[in-house]
Amino acid sequence: MNTDVMDSRPTYGGLRLDPRAKSHLVVVDGDGAPAVLDAFAGAEDELNRTTILCAHEDVAAGGLERLCALRAARLQLSGSSEDLLTEFERVLDGADMSVRIYVAGRESFIGKVVASAALRGVVPDSVVAERRGGVSRRVQCVHCKHIDEGVTASPYRCSGCGQHLLVRDHFSRRLAAFQGVRIDAEIPGEVPPAMELAS
Amino acid sequence: MSGGVEIAVVVAEIEQAARNVKRFRFAAKDGGSLPHFAAGSHVVVLMRDGERTIRNAYSLIDRAEDGSSYRIGVLRTPNSRGGSKFMHERVSVGDELRITMPVNLFPLFHPGRKHLLIAGGIGVTPIYAMADELQRRGALYEIHYAVRDEAHGAFIDEMRARHGDRLKLYRRDLEEILAVDQILPGQPLGTHLYVCGPEGMIEAVLEGGLEAGWPKEHLHAERFQTPPTGEPFALRLAKAGLTCEVRGDQSMLEALEEAGFDPPSLCRGGACGQCAVDVLEADGELIHNDHYLSAAERASGEKIMLCVSRLKGRELVLDL
Ligand SMILES: Cc1cc2nc3c(=O)[nH]c(=O)nc-3n(C[C@H](O)[C@H](O)[C@H](O)COP(=O)(O)OP(=O)(O)OC[C@H]3O[C@@H](n4cnc5c(N)ncnc54)[C@H](O)[C@@H]3O)c2cc1C
Ligand code: FES
Repeated sequence: MNTDVMDSRPTYGGLRLDPRAKSHLVVVDGDGAPAVLDAFAGAEDELNRTTILCAHEDVAAGGLERLCALRAARLQLSGSSEDLLTEFERVLDGADMSVRIYVAGRESFIGKVVASAALRGVVPDSVVAERRGGVSRRVQCVHCKHIDEGVTASPYRCSGCGQHLLVRDHFSRRLAAFQGVRIDAEIPGEVPPAMELAS
Repeated sequence: MSGGVEIAVVVAEIEQAARNVKRFRFAAKDGGSLPHFAAGSHVVVLMRDGERTIRNAYSLIDRAEDGSSYRIGVLRTPNSRGGSKFMHERVSVGDELRITMPVNLFPLFHPGRKHLLIAGGIGVTPIYAMADELQRRGALYEIHYAVRDEAHGAFIDEMRARHGDRLKLYRRDLEEILAVDQILPGQPLGTHLYVCGPEGMIEAVLEGGLEAGWPKEHLHAERFQTPPTGEPFALRLAKAGLTCEVRGDQSMLEALEEAGFDPPSLCRGGACGQCAVDVLEADGELIHNDHYLSAAERASGEKIMLCVSRLKGRELVLDL
């Protein structure tokens, strides 16, 4: 069955070009550029119908030049990650079903891209995703519902309510976010040292 | 068990819905209300034909507003081995039948921005329910329905009355062709396609979808598959210590049921995965007819679906 209603962690199969798509819409952040190069370099015919969206500040050093050198039909640079998502949504609103959506970069960024496509009726699994760069998650505090972006360690301090939260492996597809649960509920103030998140 | 709980129903109404399609209304025998179901669901109807029980899946068309009844539509299949013929010739108003709880292997993807419903012939039954549900929800949808001619197409008038020009009819007698390459281009992102009809049509529509550049995750299909026939073979259940013969006109599932064994099953059409079993030994070639196992799983020869697949050989030993 293809309609999985259970919350499950997305798997990132890697950016594989789908030659049957009529056009390709690629969104990149962080260390995502090399993944795009791996998938698209040399695919001249495909690049002629490819749009790449990325944010200046967010693409790791050297990545931008190499993305430019790909010579995709269109390369759109946004000023910030925020603007990039707005631009992505604008493109989606005018898109038809023959486009394939690709996203490469940090996990939390992938989550946001998939979530905004899903809001437009796109099945999350049809978005071709590759995670690059360190693990950084979008986490929702189960207590105050605040969402922190780019959480890289657990426990972390919720910037909504200030509590120390353990990042649980439970992923909500609807929110494209992991869950953060208060870690010192038993003995307030007893917070173990933060550890970097592993994939 | 075939899906667990069975419900006793009484045939409350039978209509001739098209030249070779009858529509049956089933009311709960105890007069209570029947379970809610989401559009796209089917039930298995159990028909007692003398010593044997015929079990066929039928899509649910609708549920009465007060929950008191369900309706199904049954095509009289030309070379029927039993079920549809039984429904057409032997079932009358007032008769008692048993059905299983509704199961949905063909659900609507509700976050979709638009829905294209494509039906061919009797494949209209789940599409009928889906169109009603989409209309109730105020969703955007189109119905494309291919029929041989008006006399053979079930429910045309009522669908036309209900869905107006959202229903596009294709009549083969007028040489009107349902061509996906005309329907699919330009459909907005977030559109979902659902197809139910003859196998050849389903394959053509799915292929047309991929050809139009759609991702496979947006192409949904339901096949009214019947167990293909083949050569007889012996079946041995290693754990149960049971051996039986699977006749050429029978599926393994049917043979086991006949032998009093009750393996899990839901759709009986190779789609749901419920009846998958581990193969221990196969003295011959496995003929996979399902749409569930991946190519790699088939190649490994480790699993087989009881409801539609068979052995071309002497004996198959299963981990049951
Ligand atoms: C999910 C799903 C939904 C479906 N929805 C619909 C629908 O809405 N409308 C519709 O018309 N059809 C529907 N079908 C198809 C339907 O289930 C039947 O396959 C169809 O009616 C043809 O059945 P039949 O019995 O006439 O023919 P056959 O397929 O030839 O016979 C099927 C049944 O006959 C019995 N049988 C035959 N011969 C023997 C024998 N010698 N010994 C023992 N048992 C025997 C078996 O129990 C077997 O299951 C659906 C199928 C599926 C999988
Ligand atoms: S019963 Fe559904 S695949 Fe066999």
